[in-house]
Amino acid sequence: MARWGMVIDLDRCTACQACVVACQVENNVPPTGADQAELGRSISWLRLAPHGEAEHGTRPQMHLMPVPCMHCDNPPCTKVCPVQATQIGEEGLVGQIYARCIGCRYCTTACPYTVREFNWKQPDFPEPMEQGLSPDVSIRPKGVVEKCTFCHHRLQVARDRAQLEDRPLAEGDYVPACVESCPAAAMTFGDLEDPNSEVSRLKQSQRAFQLLEELGTEPKVTYLSKGEWGGQV
Amino acid sequence: MARFELDLGEDERLLEPIAKTGRKFWILVAILLAIWLFGMVGYFTQLRKGLQVTGLNTPVYWGLYITNFVFFIGISHAGTLISAILRLSQAEWRRSITRAAEVITVLVLFFGVGCVLLDLGRPDRALNVLKHPNFSSPLLWDVTSITIYLICSTIYLYLPLIPDIAILRDRLGKRQRFYRALALGWTGSEKQQKLLNRAIGIMAILVIPVAVSVHTVVSWVFAMTVQPMWHSTIFGPYFVVGAIFSGIAAIIIAMAVIRKVYHLEDYLKIIHFNNLGILLLVMTLLWFYFTFAEFLTTYYGAEPSHMQVFLSKTEGEFAPYFWTMFVTCFVIPFAFLANHRTRGTVWGCVVASVSVQIGMWLERFLIVIPSLSAPRLPMEASTYRASWVEWSLLAGFVAMFILLYAVFTKLFPIVSIWEIHEGREHSVTEVTERVESYLPGVAESSHG
Repeated sequence: MARWGMVIDLDRCTACQACVVACQVENNVPPTGADQAELGRSISWLRLAPHGEAEHGTRPQMHLMPVPCMHCDNPPCTKVCPVQATQIGEEGLVGQIYARCIGCRYCTTACPYTVREFNWKQPDFPEPMEQGLSPDVSIRPKGVVEKCTFCHHRLQVARDRAQLEDRPLAEGDYVPACVESCPAAAMTFGDLEDPNSEVSRLKQSQRAFQLLEELGTEPKVTYLSKGEWGGQV
Repeated sequence: MARFELDLGEDERLLEPIAKTGRKFWILVAILLAIWLFGMVGYFTQLRKGLQVTGLNTPVYWGLYITNFVFFIGISHAGTLISAILRLSQAEWRRSITRAAEVITVLVLFFGVGCVLLDLGRPDRALNVLKHPNFSSPLLWDVTSITIYLICSTIYLYLPLIPDIAILRDRLGKRQRFYRALALGWTGSEKQQKLLNRAIGIMAILVIPVAVSVHTVVSWVFAMTVQPMWHSTIFGPYFVVGAIFSGIAAIIIAMAVIRKVYHLEDYLKIIHFNNLGILLLVMTLLWFYFTFAEFLTTYYGAEPSHMQVFLSKTEGEFAPYFWTMFVTCFVIPFAFLANHRTRGTVWGCVVASVSVQIGMWLERFLIVIPSLSAPRLPMEASTYRASWVEWSLLAGFVAMFILLYAVFTKLFPIVSIWEIHEGREHSVTEVTERVESYLPGVAESSHG
């Protein structure tokens, strides 16, 4: 059984936000408009979190790190959902059942990474955007929680294709939109159970760390950086 | 048809509010209904447009609704729990105040539950909680615990009402069918009375652990997450103490209003206010102890993510609320209640109680919002400002609560008639015997 995970190399990341845009388009994430964004209601499944490092007497540096859902092996969100609308699947993906979610926002408050988003209003896609909506991803109604799925629909497509071609799923068959779009090749995706996969190899790096790993959530997103990021974020 | 024969004597006047209803009452009803309708306008706006009409945002996903939920559930501890404790400890001064207290519990619980429903993005799917229950979720523990509490406290309110309903059935001459059905054929026979006392005794014991569990699991909604200043082992008992604290204050305010409106100075006496005032003083000190323990522990642990929330409360953007809470939850009630000259007056107790209500609401607000405003990962956070919709719903709920309470006093005696009667007939000799049995030289009875 595969365990899907991601590695993000912050030393390669240029903070160009291609991943953010790719995610919005791929997953039909609704634009909220400037006024709602001002009120803190914009939705993005993948955001660039600022992280400043300013030691006295040195040049202050601002880092931006892409933060998708960590798809924790021990997710704090799934256990608090009163209606089992968010669950961790066999392959470690943390999913959200939009049709069941009651919108209590307990999961959003319980997530220490603040990566879960709530639909404060009915999604509204302006005229030309409507025609570009992806048919693979359902549009969420107002009042429910949504989140990064690691582009789960792509896994289904990849698996169907492999089956048609009568071969097992190979590395690179299933890659989320953000990883695919990264021009600096800073993001890698694959099976953490497979010791020979690229993600497994990168995870062994001396530069590897995870966000808030001290909380014991066991994230499946790993970051690489030679700077001192770990733990103090 | 068998009647319930009881010589009421001067207690007859407790039936007056039910027998006669003046114009003032209908004016009150109209005002309260208007405020309720205003709240409903807010709610339909929210249903139509979604939660964007609130001041909520990412990451402050919870705001006034959840604050009010915790606050209302806290107040609900007033009645049933206090009444049960007073009954079990055979506190004779309880007789005229238990009913007024128990009604608060039953009514306010509905509004507590209502607040959670207001908060839902999809209230139409609320029953999913029964269809797909996840028992590892503290919210489901809440659903379970509050439901049991509502059932128990309704029974606990109803049982001691039965003889009084029989009095109304036999004497009032209106709403006959209503009272006859609810009186369950009460005649006051020895057998019935024994059965009733037994049932009340059982319920009084049963509701205590249920009441404690209710506010404990409300706190666990927060404490079971890893969020800064929520993930705390003190939260269970801290919430229970806070609940009893605001609960007693609610009883005092309700009693003062009833006493004034229905001229019940002879039933709700200074001694009642004084005794409840002492209880409130004890809770004031307990509240201070718990708050101090909670904040000092956080301060010494000095974990950055916790300190961020801590400092936002003590000296940051929430400092005005925090220090107002400290003054209204501790300084004012302590000053008024520790001094026997102010505690021994109705207004002194009422000032302290109103202050406690404000303070405890602020405490709930300060638990919910600051922790959410300071997420562990840096992100652009905008300040939470509650919108008119959220305020209108708070106003509507408070108005509806007062309205239902007022209607209750028009349907049932707000002071338990038969229990006062029982006090006059039996308690005086019973208590004398009891006190004598405490003293040396008197043989102990078999059941002590």
